[in-house]
Amino acid sequence: MDLSFGPEYEQFREEVRDFLNEHGGDAPKNAALRSPELIAWQKRLIEHGYTARTIPKEYGGYGAEPNIIQSRIIAEEFAAARVSAGMGGQGISMLVPTLLELGSEEQKQQFIRPTIEGEMIWCQGYSEPGAGSDLASLTTSAVLDGDEWVVNGQKIWTSTAHLADWIFCLVRTEPDAPKHKGISFLLFKMDTPGIEVRPLVDMTGVANFNETFFTDVRVPKGQIVGARGQGWQVANSILGFERDSLGDPNIMLTRLNALIELMKTETIDGIRMIDNPVYRDRLMQIQGRVMAMQFNDLRILSSRINKGQDAGLARMVVKLQGTELRHELEGLAVDIMGEVGLAFGKNPYLRGGGSWQNQYMFFLGLIIGGGTSQIQKNIISERGLDMPREPKVQEG
Amino acid sequence: MQFGLSEEQVLLQDNVNRFLSDQVPLDRVRQYAEEDGNTDADIWKGLTELGIPALLVPEANGGIGLNPLDAAIVAECLGYHVTPGPFLGSAIMAPVALTRAGGQEERLGQLAAGELRIGIAFGEAMGTRADAGFSIEDGKINGKSLFAFDAEADAYLVADKNRCLHVVSAADVSRTPLVTVDKTRRTVELSYNNSPAELISDDPVAYEACLDAGRVMLAADTLGAAQNMLDQAVAYAKERKQFNRAIASFQAVKHMCAEMAAQLEPCRAMVWFAAHALAELPDEARLTACHTKAHLAEVGKSVAKTATEVHGGMGFTDLLGLHYWFKRCGSNRQWLGAPEFVREEAARLQGLTA
Repeated sequence: MDLSFGPEYEQFREEVRDFLNEHGGDAPKNAALRSPELIAWQKRLIEHGYTARTIPKEYGGYGAEPNIIQSRIIAEEFAAARVSAGMGGQGISMLVPTLLELGSEEQKQQFIRPTIEGEMIWCQGYSEPGAGSDLASLTTSAVLDGDEWVVNGQKIWTSTAHLADWIFCLVRTEPDAPKHKGISFLLFKMDTPGIEVRPLVDMTGVANFNETFFTDVRVPKGQIVGARGQGWQVANSILGFERDSLGDPNIMLTRLNALIELMKTETIDGIRMIDNPVYRDRLMQIQGRVMAMQFNDLRILSSRINKGQDAGLARMVVKLQGTELRHELEGLAVDIMGEVGLAFGKNPYLRGGGSWQNQYMFFLGLIIGGGTSQIQKNIISERGLDMPREPKVQEG
Repeated sequence: MQFGLSEEQVLLQDNVNRFLSDQVPLDRVRQYAEEDGNTDADIWKGLTELGIPALLVPEANGGIGLNPLDAAIVAECLGYHVTPGPFLGSAIMAPVALTRAGGQEERLGQLAAGELRIGIAFGEAMGTRADAGFSIEDGKINGKSLFAFDAEADAYLVADKNRCLHVVSAADVSRTPLVTVDKTRRTVELSYNNSPAELISDDPVAYEACLDAGRVMLAADTLGAAQNMLDQAVAYAKERKQFNRAIASFQAVKHMCAEMAAQLEPCRAMVWFAAHALAELPDEARLTACHTKAHLAEVGKSVAKTATEVHGGMGFTDLLGLHYWFKRCGSNRQWLGAPEFVREEAARLQGLTA
């Protein structure tokens, strides 16, 4: 057991801190997508290697060798300084890693640089009304007509479709093949004729995702990643990236500390909520569980650095445990405030900008999205505990 | 950076597990649990040959001088095999207390050699229950301690309300068995009648270090016991057929097992960290010990219930012996502070109590 990263890494940590002390104040706050200040900040982060760190220089990245500890230190220091460590979004977190692994040279040249610099915004077209947990049963079709695919069908939960320039989309190109082998991974522009985006208001009152309809959308033949019929493998090569980013214990710790502060300031009959032993015990229960997930995260990190250390099951449980725990943490904050915790929208008694209620509901969305908790339990039992799959229901 | 077990630690784990599988199988545990006069001396002798009582005793005193993470690995093995024996007192809490107290070289040497068993009576310091209570004046103790562990100890480490530590010889007290639900470890009532009590430490830090170590080892014991219950549940579900298929193929059963794994797996890292912190991270040791004790108590309770349910009616019988693990998790939960008390201590350590 050795928890230190060593002196050379402490030196690196100092460099990150110096950058943050000097330039952290320049980070744009609440800047709009594609705004010059956001793109300028993104470019500056890339220039210093604080985002797009391992993406090759020829595609617009910083070009460093992958180093998990350095990436961890950057994430920790940016979080501690509360400075945005660069843009997120499905283009950067999911499409870019996919293209690096499976894209053609031309696709890498065309898409990676503008995506990581924040000029090209992507949305993901996976789920359909009839294809949720059983994603491989999707029916949006693409039929080759000359040099173009003709796409017809409907996607749902397409986050930021109303803002995106491009979509990466799963479509059925081989209707006669078995369901997992008939899918292809297409890239196309969101201003192509035949695309209609209808906002879908979620329970937090925000329309972050959409229903997206395709009617005879014509897509150049070459805008496919991987071969025809291999879209399922292409998509699965990146679903892991999404799951890893959900249930981050470092963000959880920040929220836990904010919750402790809330309990020190919120009162009932003039008595601080932290002084109420019932609520204090609930806080301590959550703190213990957050701690377990933090140490679990250290174990996963260590297994990625040290060969031969197995943390498969530890990694498999993160999405399930992390999102459920976070939902409970945010919900405890609501309970602490009682009726004040119900405040939402324009209300003078709103606490933390309404983040507690908002995150409480938002994390219910994350419990469902990215593979529901029930799907996670299937994965844990089948791949982690080697239990048999449910027998298939006979068709017809 | 390496967060995990070293090769030596994996080897230690393998050795202890092999000894316990071969020499202390469930039949031997049953014998100990069911026969009144049965002693755990042979089990302890075997563990002594593996060096277990010497783990935490400094080399200068004839021990091996390993660290608490090594001890936690052993505790996990003992929980996995529901092994009887005085490990918690004689191999953990007594060595930690005596080392901190100083001037206890002779006893430490005897502990390391497996020639001395020191049990623990911490009820007075942690909060007395029922009619427990004692007073100590001029080196003499009067009154009684309840649920002291273990029943075959040569002496007891007795903590008083001021968190001072005393050693009282078993020869000077009258000992009455107190039967509990967990028959893999026996507890006793100690009646003191002007019995000599030797003050070995009036430093609360020694008491705290001893208590923290005990709590982490109980958590490690629960980790092992719960892991065994999960393993048994998965194996049983794959064997047992209903509606013409293994019940392991039903999502209702799979999800119960997945929930157990999802709760339990992060506990492994938590126990490792808490044990490591005992020796290496003094600022974090107390808080993580409290949280690890409380969290494993909760997870252990949940896994013990769920694993029993996966076994259906068989889980409820004595035939499989699954109940020994259920009860082990149960007693680990109550010993050295039930979760609510330990969590309140965690809050106090962070200055969160008024």
